[in-house]
Amino acid sequence: MEHIRTTKVEQVKLLDRFSSSNKALTGTLYLTATHLLFIDFHQKETWILHHHIASVEKLALTTSGCPLVIQCKNFRTVHFIVPRERDCHDIYNSLLQLSKQAKYEDLYAFSYNPKQNDSERLRGWQLIDLAEEYQRMGVPNSNWQLSDANRDYKICETYPKELYVPRIASKPIIVGSSKFRSKGRFPVLSYYHQSKEAAICRCSQPLSGFSARCLEDEHLLQAISKANPANHYMYVVDTRPRLNAMANRAAGKGYENEDNYSNIRFQFVGIENIHVMRSSLQRLLEVSGSRGLSVGDLYSGLQSSGWLRHVQAVLGAAVVLAKAVTTESASVLVHCSDGWDRTSQVCSLGSLLLDPYYRTVRGFMVLIEKDWISFGHKFSERCGHLDGDPKEVSPVFTQFLECVWHLTEQFPQAFEFNEAFLLQIHEHIHSCQFGNFIGNCQKEREELKLKEKTYSLWPFLLEDRVKYLNPLYQPQAQEFAVLEPNTVSFNFKFWRNMYHQFDRTLHPRQSVFNIIANMNEQNKQLENDIKDLESKATNE
Amino acid sequence: MEFSELIRTGQAQAELLRGPEAPPLRGTLCVTGHHLLLSPGPQATPDLWLLLLRSVDSIEKRVAGDCGTITLRCKDLRVLQLDIEGVEATLNIARSIEGLRLGDAWHFHPPERYYKRVARETNAWRLSEANEDFSLCPSYPRAVIVPRAVNDDALALTARFRQGGRFPVLSYHHAPSRTVLLRSSQPLIGPQKRRCAEDEALLRAVLAGSRPGARGFIVDTRSAQTAKQARMTGGGTEAKAAYPGWKRLHRPLERGRPLQESFVHLVEACGDLEQSMDHWLSRLAGCRWLAHVKEALSTACLAAQGMEREGACILVHGAEGTDSTLVVTSLAQLILDPSSRTMAGFQELVEREWIQAGHPFQLRCAHSAFSHARPKHEAPTFLLFLDCVWQLGRQFPLSLEFGEGMLLALFDHAYASPFGTFLCNSEQERCLCEVRTRTHSLWSGLNQLKEQRKLRNPLYVPNPLALWPSVEPQSLRLWQGLFLRWTRPPEPSEAAWEKVWQIVTDQEKTEGSQPTVSASELQL
Repeated sequence: MEHIRTTKVEQVKLLDRFSSSNKALTGTLYLTATHLLFIDFHQKETWILHHHIASVEKLALTTSGCPLVIQCKNFRTVHFIVPRERDCHDIYNSLLQLSKQAKYEDLYAFSYNPKQNDSERLRGWQLIDLAEEYQRMGVPNSNWQLSDANRDYKICETYPKELYVPRIASKPIIVGSSKFRSKGRFPVLSYYHQSKEAAICRCSQPLSGFSARCLEDEHLLQAISKANPANHYMYVVDTRPRLNAMANRAAGKGYENEDNYSNIRFQFVGIENIHVMRSSLQRLLEVSGSRGLSVGDLYSGLQSSGWLRHVQAVLGAAVVLAKAVTTESASVLVHCSDGWDRTSQVCSLGSLLLDPYYRTVRGFMVLIEKDWISFGHKFSERCGHLDGDPKEVSPVFTQFLECVWHLTEQFPQAFEFNEAFLLQIHEHIHSCQFGNFIGNCQKEREELKLKEKTYSLWPFLLEDRVKYLNPLYQPQAQEFAVLEPNTVSFNFKFWRNMYHQFDRTLHPRQSVFNIIANMNEQNKQLENDIKDLESKATNE
Repeated sequence: MEFSELIRTGQAQAELLRGPEAPPLRGTLCVTGHHLLLSPGPQATPDLWLLLLRSVDSIEKRVAGDCGTITLRCKDLRVLQLDIEGVEATLNIARSIEGLRLGDAWHFHPPERYYKRVARETNAWRLSEANEDFSLCPSYPRAVIVPRAVNDDALALTARFRQGGRFPVLSYHHAPSRTVLLRSSQPLIGPQKRRCAEDEALLRAVLAGSRPGARGFIVDTRSAQTAKQARMTGGGTEAKAAYPGWKRLHRPLERGRPLQESFVHLVEACGDLEQSMDHWLSRLAGCRWLAHVKEALSTACLAAQGMEREGACILVHGAEGTDSTLVVTSLAQLILDPSSRTMAGFQELVEREWIQAGHPFQLRCAHSAFSHARPKHEAPTFLLFLDCVWQLGRQFPLSLEFGEGMLLALFDHAYASPFGTFLCNSEQERCLCEVRTRTHSLWSGLNQLKEQRKLRNPLYVPNPLALWPSVEPQSLRLWQGLFLRWTRPPEPSEAAWEKVWQIVTDQEKTEGSQPTVSASELQL
């Protein structure tokens, strides 16, 4: 609270950045400990969480006042005009302080109180159980087992404790392999395809340099191969562009040499790194956020930003995985450099294509818990939760959500959830209102005692489940068992509902989705009424 | 639709023979828009007999002495015989049934019909048949709607002052604001800056017939530069001083060869499955098709806004007034007029603002995007209109009664069709070729029941408001259903629509069945 100098400013104008008429809403701006609140003269409230603020900018003084532009991580851009420069300056300084926290304990989740008692909170955290999930996939089984090698995060700090590895891989092999992999992230199971007996595994790059070998690592890969009785070879997919992987060799890292590993088929899929993705989205938002944009500007901006090309590459890599599993019954090992960004994207999307469960509301939560949260995608660094290195921030998870959205567009009946669900999850990776996405790995989360001090997002989303359901969902349809998306360029389009979600004037004025969802609800209601009445009628 | 014009004789005395087993039925025979009725009088059983005209498969008439016989063969294999008193009555009834059973839409949409509506709203306008023999304007229909204050002689003079004789005529009357939308071709100012008193008087009369103090906007669909240059070849644009109360706005819209090339390039890009994302996006930007969509929609919004928000009368023209002019006037109506968003209303709009208004379909749609021949007159103007309508439908998915299927059908039929609707370049040519008598109408083809599901929007709810679309580039989309129709599998989206239909039908079913159950409960 010590950062707040002014708590209330009146006669503030809010400009719409796209509306052609320069009409502004006048209202009052309030600054609270957690939110910036604007109430316009229609009494409509706009709440902006401090954690959502990516940047605050004070523009040159104009005749009507001092403009304050706030860009948010959920792609909201607000343009206020504060009548007095002094007030503007105070708010500006307060927001600069409030939007950048130095310690985890200052994040909203540690003070957020949804009025639940401890047992309710605990139940919320237990809602998604990964042990249950591996069981659902069919592990442990005769070929795969739970390893306790990482029980105390000794082998790999950024992995979870529970890891599934081939039964024939002994602990020395695992330990040996982990020493040969960046950050100790050795090959482990990400997804097991029960009927094909094929596995999707993940790891980080090998420390192969120009010629180094590691017998344990070679053994572990062979063990993964052997754990698949249907196929004697496996794919190793390096998700980086070949050039980047080669450059890593000079630093003592690199990629697998096909000659050293028996029966592997190695391939690059060429997804760019977090820095390229960060500047790509930045460029895209610059273009799409500019006023008076022409059609040509938008499309050449889309092109020059490269964003859709990157999305296509990520989805294309997932298709490679799904194809290897379904058409060749082959296992696949995926890695990038550290194995927590591109690898998380590709493994989770590959599983999503293969397994309809992940396309349900709950299954999608499980997928995020498994491939993103537990395997150590660095949410706090990538989302910039704390005031840290801006070079660590990157929209990797946003990009994953966009890939899922493209799939929902291509297969409108294959997903139980709708776009609002994706947007809501995106909202909360940045909000720091719930504990799920705070921290960078499980070890760190345990140290922060998140399960005792914060709440889990998932039960709150499940409570609002109806809002996130896709009325067109066909759970039984056989044709959607495995999704085979078309990745030809023209299937990719600008995700307006994400990047302009708060720019109301750009959206369709009527929603098909809502009307169908309502009809569906009404149908169910009426059918129940009919049944009730009928049973009453027969009972009489 | 108004069927009344097709009904020649309301009533006649007749006897109905329904085959050897059923007794004959005597009474008053009556033709309505959809049914043939026989009322034998209150004592008889049944007291009313009725037949859906659409179920008539063939009709045969015979006259002998002063009565006649009509034999109706029905689609359900029934054969019915009607013995009617009076030869004239027999022939008229036969002709009425003939016309109505086909839903012969050839007669549904002429300007006369629209004029009836306008006449109910205002008396400032009249239907002129000055162009009866197409002498004033070969590309206009026989009848056009003009200010009441302007007589046919003045029209003839105005026609000479406008390219191709296309003098300003009424396109749409916006009753709530009491303003009008007009269209014409460019005035023939020429290098000598000619003027035409009758033309000026006509536009003065437009303002005088509108709400008091109304202003006018002339929306020229060319740039100011192009409009000025047109004077060298005898054309030009209205001089400010000559038309007090009218203000000119230039909104350049692409037409002709550049538009055709844009279309060709887009289709080429859409056919390339191997191209990289960069290449695709640069081709999408480079072909400029969506830019044309944006320009067309914004110009239509400008015209509609001028009427609805500023209470101004609007005259739209470019050079010939047969292409981008029509895009603007028809879209502006769709934005403002709820009745043009119904299935029937939209068909009427296309008939009135495109076919009757003299868009040269034969020339423009001679080739589509694949022709190797150098385009001469081809241009996808009509497709541009359809694309804009599709964009409107995407932004207001509940407000158009027709769906994407209807727009696709119109595109297909405009380029190649077993029906006569899009044949020829003008009304005059259609008369010369006897299109109406020698071909069938697309509208009756489309209005057959089995086609309906493909063409309709299951979610339609009438919307009395104006539809103001967003024309920001982020809000416009490539019309994949058209441009990628053959390059990507349509199954998932078609299945999704099927599901939507199913939900809507379920809704109607459950809603329909609820009252009966409640009723049964009441009886308990």
